[in-house]
Amino acid sequence: MSEVFSAVATAVELVVRLDPDLVEIVALSLKVSLSAVLIAALVGLPLGAAVALVKFPGRRGAVILLNAAMGLPPVVVGLVVYLLLSRAGPLGELGILFTPAAMVIAQSILITPIIAALTRQTISDLHEEYDEYLCSLGAGHLQRITTLLWDGRFRLLTGLLAGFGRASAEVGAVIIVGGNINHVTRVMTTTIALETSKGNLNLALALGIVLIILAASVNAAAVLIGDAASKRYG
Amino acid sequence: MKKFLFVFVALAGALLGNFCAATEEQPFLVLASTTSTENSGLFDYILPEFTRDSGIQVRVVAVGTGQAIRLASSGDADVLLVHHRPSEDAFVAQGLGVRRYPVMHNDFVLVGPAADPASVIGQADMLQALQAIARSESLFASRGDDSGTHKKELSLWAEAGVDPVVDSGAWYRETGSGMGATLNTAVAMGAYALSDRATWASFGNKGELKIVLEGDPRLFNPYGVILVNPERFPHVRASLGQAFIDWLVSTRGQALIAAYAIDGAPVFFPDAMVDH
Repeated sequence: MSEVFSAVATAVELVVRLDPDLVEIVALSLKVSLSAVLIAALVGLPLGAAVALVKFPGRRGAVILLNAAMGLPPVVVGLVVYLLLSRAGPLGELGILFTPAAMVIAQSILITPIIAALTRQTISDLHEEYDEYLCSLGAGHLQRITTLLWDGRFRLLTGLLAGFGRASAEVGAVIIVGGNINHVTRVMTTTIALETSKGNLNLALALGIVLIILAASVNAAAVLIGDAASKRYG
Repeated sequence: MKKFLFVFVALAGALLGNFCAATEEQPFLVLASTTSTENSGLFDYILPEFTRDSGIQVRVVAVGTGQAIRLASSGDADVLLVHHRPSEDAFVAQGLGVRRYPVMHNDFVLVGPAADPASVIGQADMLQALQAIARSESLFASRGDDSGTHKKELSLWAEAGVDPVVDSGAWYRETGSGMGATLNTAVAMGAYALSDRATWASFGNKGELKIVLEGDPRLFNPYGVILVNPERFPHVRASLGQAFIDWLVSTRGQALIAAYAIDGAPVFFPDAMVDH
């Protein structure tokens, strides 16, 4: 137990002192993972809504596939993105391997299925409530999708937060495509992995505590903003 | 809803724009290297000096020697700094690298539990020590990751006439991870392990482990630096890479390597002047 207490002390010290390295790493973590959530939301929200609302052959299969893809192994996603972005790969010309952009791509792929699958579930449930209303409007597919996404926006927040949680907590993908380069692609999770491998277990645990606090803060902020907005717009 | 969408798109644009802007900073090169050079703190010590001298930023991707060579072989790095001479020579012979420069050396050490179940302490011969470990079936933590240290360890076992891999999972434990992670495992299991001296010296979780054998000439550990061949990979930042190599083997670079110490003891010894 004494290790945990001394790690908590180190964590508090790092945060209070606003250690410049820590600030840089936290900022990059947030930037990468929030960008990934943004991209994954742009793809996952309409995709999930479409699968929920549009009847097409093989839809059950699509739902199963979407749900299964929530469990994509980060290290496999990292490997595939690495092979694509490597100079020897099809997208090597871009030259973005070992940059934050590569990390955003890997995390986006990882969490798009999570956001899409949770959106599909939410929209399916909503659809049952709204079906008559939408029918009476004579709404087409596109209108149904936009209406339900808009009306379900506060419930959909959970899916986005699940995506953020997964993105900010994973290490397997970003360490392969980012390379854990100091001051360039080093984020919270890769720093924790590095400090563990240096045998600095106290610092590693302290950084883990900071990461958990960070995740809790983002979630709290999202819930508070959601509450305030839902009061105002009902 | 429009306002909401507008904010969303603006946010996306700002974030992505941020990444694009970030690519137009100071000149940089990508160095594929080993965990030992990074974990020991050597790079944190010498690279800022190089950046100050040259204005070039060095982005280090620290992985095992095997993986570093694979990265460089796909053209994903500009310079390679590793420690396995046969692999380095093969890299140059295949035309993937331009030329190998000797940079520095240190040595490997055998670490093990203070209780020393294989009675290695006091021996000077690494091969006899390995044979004693195998005979007593004492736990041995191997990197098992195709790194320079792993390749070295396998060649030492071969020289000792022992094939430990047949006992993999029994007393011979292949961790498949980096030097530090393997040392963490060895500490937890009370196992013997082969480590480069730099990583061991800077390792923060030594526990009951200590150096049980050192100084056998077989444990020599030379590092070489190679520019990835720009004729093979036109995008390689050849002039920046060569500038870095020239600096590393210069009097200034070599003096900095020699000056780097952990707990007052040097961990790397400059080689560039010696070999020429």
